[in-house]
Amino acid sequence: MDIFLQQLVNGLVLGSIYALVALGYTMVYGILELINFAHGEVTMIGAMVALSVIGVLMGAAPDLPGVMVVLAGILVAIPACMALAFGIEKVAYRPLRKAPRLAPLITAIGVSIILQNLAMLIWGRQYVSFPPLLPVARFEFLGAHISLLQIVIVVLAVTIMAGLWLLVEKSRLGRAMRATAQSKEVAELMGVNVDRVISATFIIGAAIAAIAGVMVSAYYGLAHYYMGFMLGLKAFSAAVLGGIGNIAGAMLGGLLLGVIEALGAGYIGDITGGFLGSHYQDVFAFFVLILVLVFRPSGLLGERVANRA
Amino acid sequence: MSVLLSVDQVTKRFGGLAALEEVSLSVESGEIYGLIGPNGAGKTTLFNCMTGLYTVTSGAVRLDGAEVQALKPHQIVKRGFARTFQNIRLFANMSALENVMVGRHARTRANVLGAVLRCRKTRAEEAGIRERALELLNYVGLGGKSRGLASHLSYGDQRRLEIARALATEPKLLALDEPVAGMNPNERQQMGELFRKLREGGVTLLLIEHDVKLVMGLCDRVAVLDYGRKIAEGPAEEVRRDPAVIAAYLGGEA
Amino acid sequence: MLDSLRRRPRLAFALLAVLLAALPFIMGFGLGNSWVRVLDFVLLYVLLAIGLNIVVGYAGLLDLGYIAFYALGAYLYAWLASPHFGLHLPFWVVLPIGAAFAGLFGVLLGAPTLRLRGDYLAIVTLGFGEIIRIFMNNLNAPFNLTNGPQGMNLIDPVSVAGFSFGKTLHIFGLSLPPTYFYYYLFLAFTLLAIFIALRLQDSRIGRAWAAIREDEVAAAAMGINTRNLKLLAFAMGASFGGLAGGLFAAFQGFISPESFTLWESILVLCMIVLGGMGNIPGVILGAVLLTMIPEALRYIGDLQRATLGHVVVDPSDLRMLLFGVALVGMMLFRPAGLLPSRQRKREFAAEDGVAEQEQASLYDAKA
Repeated sequence: MDIFLQQLVNGLVLGSIYALVALGYTMVYGILELINFAHGEVTMIGAMVALSVIGVLMGAAPDLPGVMVVLAGILVAIPACMALAFGIEKVAYRPLRKAPRLAPLITAIGVSIILQNLAMLIWGRQYVSFPPLLPVARFEFLGAHISLLQIVIVVLAVTIMAGLWLLVEKSRLGRAMRATAQSKEVAELMGVNVDRVISATFIIGAAIAAIAGVMVSAYYGLAHYYMGFMLGLKAFSAAVLGGIGNIAGAMLGGLLLGVIEALGAGYIGDITGGFLGSHYQDVFAFFVLILVLVFRPSGLLGERVANRA
Repeated sequence: MSVLLSVDQVTKRFGGLAALEEVSLSVESGEIYGLIGPNGAGKTTLFNCMTGLYTVTSGAVRLDGAEVQALKPHQIVKRGFARTFQNIRLFANMSALENVMVGRHARTRANVLGAVLRCRKTRAEEAGIRERALELLNYVGLGGKSRGLASHLSYGDQRRLEIARALATEPKLLALDEPVAGMNPNERQQMGELFRKLREGGVTLLLIEHDVKLVMGLCDRVAVLDYGRKIAEGPAEEVRRDPAVIAAYLGGEA
Repeated sequence: MLDSLRRRPRLAFALLAVLLAALPFIMGFGLGNSWVRVLDFVLLYVLLAIGLNIVVGYAGLLDLGYIAFYALGAYLYAWLASPHFGLHLPFWVVLPIGAAFAGLFGVLLGAPTLRLRGDYLAIVTLGFGEIIRIFMNNLNAPFNLTNGPQGMNLIDPVSVAGFSFGKTLHIFGLSLPPTYFYYYLFLAFTLLAIFIALRLQDSRIGRAWAAIREDEVAAAAMGINTRNLKLLAFAMGASFGGLAGGLFAAFQGFISPESFTLWESILVLCMIVLGGMGNIPGVILGAVLLTMIPEALRYIGDLQRATLGHVVVDPSDLRMLLFGVALVGMMLFRPAGLLPSRQRKREFAAEDGVAEQEQASLYDAKA
């Protein structure tokens, strides 16, 4: 029982990070019907930039409290990722908005490769470790251990999601985003500056991704130039699970995928009689993805996306 | 005359919205049958239900007496029911000839092995495909334009090409979705002549049209759809005087 | 010169045949035997690219997990012709089984997923590729199927009529390493693949694929069974991949999951995109360029050592970066590829044409 609860807690924490990254995929897809393949890499860049800032600050101001150092890292990573996403959209996606569908997907893959390899050149092939700056308090809850960091991650993630929800539902920009998602042409006629809305969508997604990137590296205690790939794929799977294009769906899908993964990894050995072990953890996301796309391509909360006549 | 196509109590709902409600009609072999109605009356939806693009919510579609509403589009084509599209769907980056050659797919059989070995049978079939495609282009009046890209043809020629492509599947019944939309009176008249020629050649025509005048002059019988229901069916002259039809059209425009 | 050759196709053909036959000797004696090995890999990648082109270029299905089929072919070869299970079947038995095995997996994966829209298919195939790799990496316990991350070695070399390709041959005072024999073997398979691909393109099947790529609904309305034809493209591409995988395993004598990462899939895709999707000469050019360029890049390392005294940027690190730049650049500036097919050129030019017309009329209005 306590294993179950422990895995559930771990799954929810991981899932809330997936959910944050999934938001970026789902917002862009909702508006452009484009799988922004490079989004995972933006997340990775966020983690790397933050770690660099943290490293510099620790050298320059050793007396600064750890929380402040990490916060400073996040605050630099956010605008860095926003600028990056703005640039990516402008250079690699915008000129191809009317091209055949596969063209922007291929540039997206290209951008992803570029970012990954640039990161490798800048930060090296080695794992970059996250310095032990954050308090390591642990709580016990019904036999499951919960760290302070885990609580912070979940609370922060929920806050961000609530904020995004408000932004999309209540603000002028949010209304423009929803109109653009419905129909770019009509939105344009109604006086919405579609280019600006699309840029804003990328930028908001990137800001959230930056935070998620820092969360992931703090949680696992390390970052790596390759980390964005798997994270991105899982987040994309989460977005599809929830119903791509649907913001609430991305949140639900992220949490669900995190839980599926954690419970799956915890129990797969028992289920298969030891044939498969927990190192198959990464497979779950793909199985979920394939199953959802085959049996319910609209996802849990989404609308029909199958090829229409 | 025998009934070629019968639509029996077909209902189609999208979510809760009924686009078609218990529509029934029957097309007899050898006639030109018109389907008219105001915008959004469900004409194209009915076409899509008949040709397998949509699955009907309830009801049956019979072709030559056999139910086809559960079949896939390509199976319905093989049974001799071809169609065109309201918003012309040509293979834009293929030549006019290639477009029509694709239409021969359902009536030819070369498989991978035949294609790779290019044996005598395949070569003969391929020559036959090309010959028939050229004939059909001539037939619809595109004889000199076989090499041009489909997307470079004029609007009217694209409509003609779509008909030639559909004819390549050897249909008994050809359904045309607004085939003269956007044409000038002169072009319309030419298309009308093509339709009569098709009928002479033994093809039954089912025609969605906006232009009531053209339909009345051309069609043997007409059905009128309004808000997903059939409000009239019969010889053109009778339908024209039907008060419900007049109300639907005048009401729709007012 | 080129013009006169074009007018005499037979002569051109004969010259090409002589060139292809002499190529390993030219490269081997001119640049060193390591370049013959590069040639072998060029041919393997041409074979892979031709296979993927059937899926992506002909039928318009973006497959990002293509390398999984290459992996399946390679592992199957290793299972049937290595000490791992003690089986040592001859290559002419194993290769067709490998191709069929990969093709079967292509159908198994394709059947449920091919009704998905293009970009979804891309992600599902990518996921499939990763799943296969993760399994290869971990299926060493409890039952040792793949030997895990260590990979499988001592795979039997190809041998024809008692002559093993695995040893260096000394003849007429020359010593010919295995790379020479594999060159001709790979060349034979590659030419066969090119022949099949060209014949298919210009056939009833090829036209149906093109129609599906252009407009799936209209294709179905022409009586094309779109599901079966998409499956056929998928299975054919997969079996070409499986064949290449088997050849790779025999050639290397060693395989491990590391050879079958997503980046290999993307590399093959790059070849097609760079060369010209759907056009066989373009695809071949793309495969040749992208296999040769990294080899040439090695000289950048030497150049740095000579001028700066040490290597500042490892050229192999630059390789993928350049591929990324090439992908983006090609899509932006020459989306139909270096040697585009007639159709693709039109497809990508269509938008420009409209834009130009609009511009022209604008200028007219001003004047």
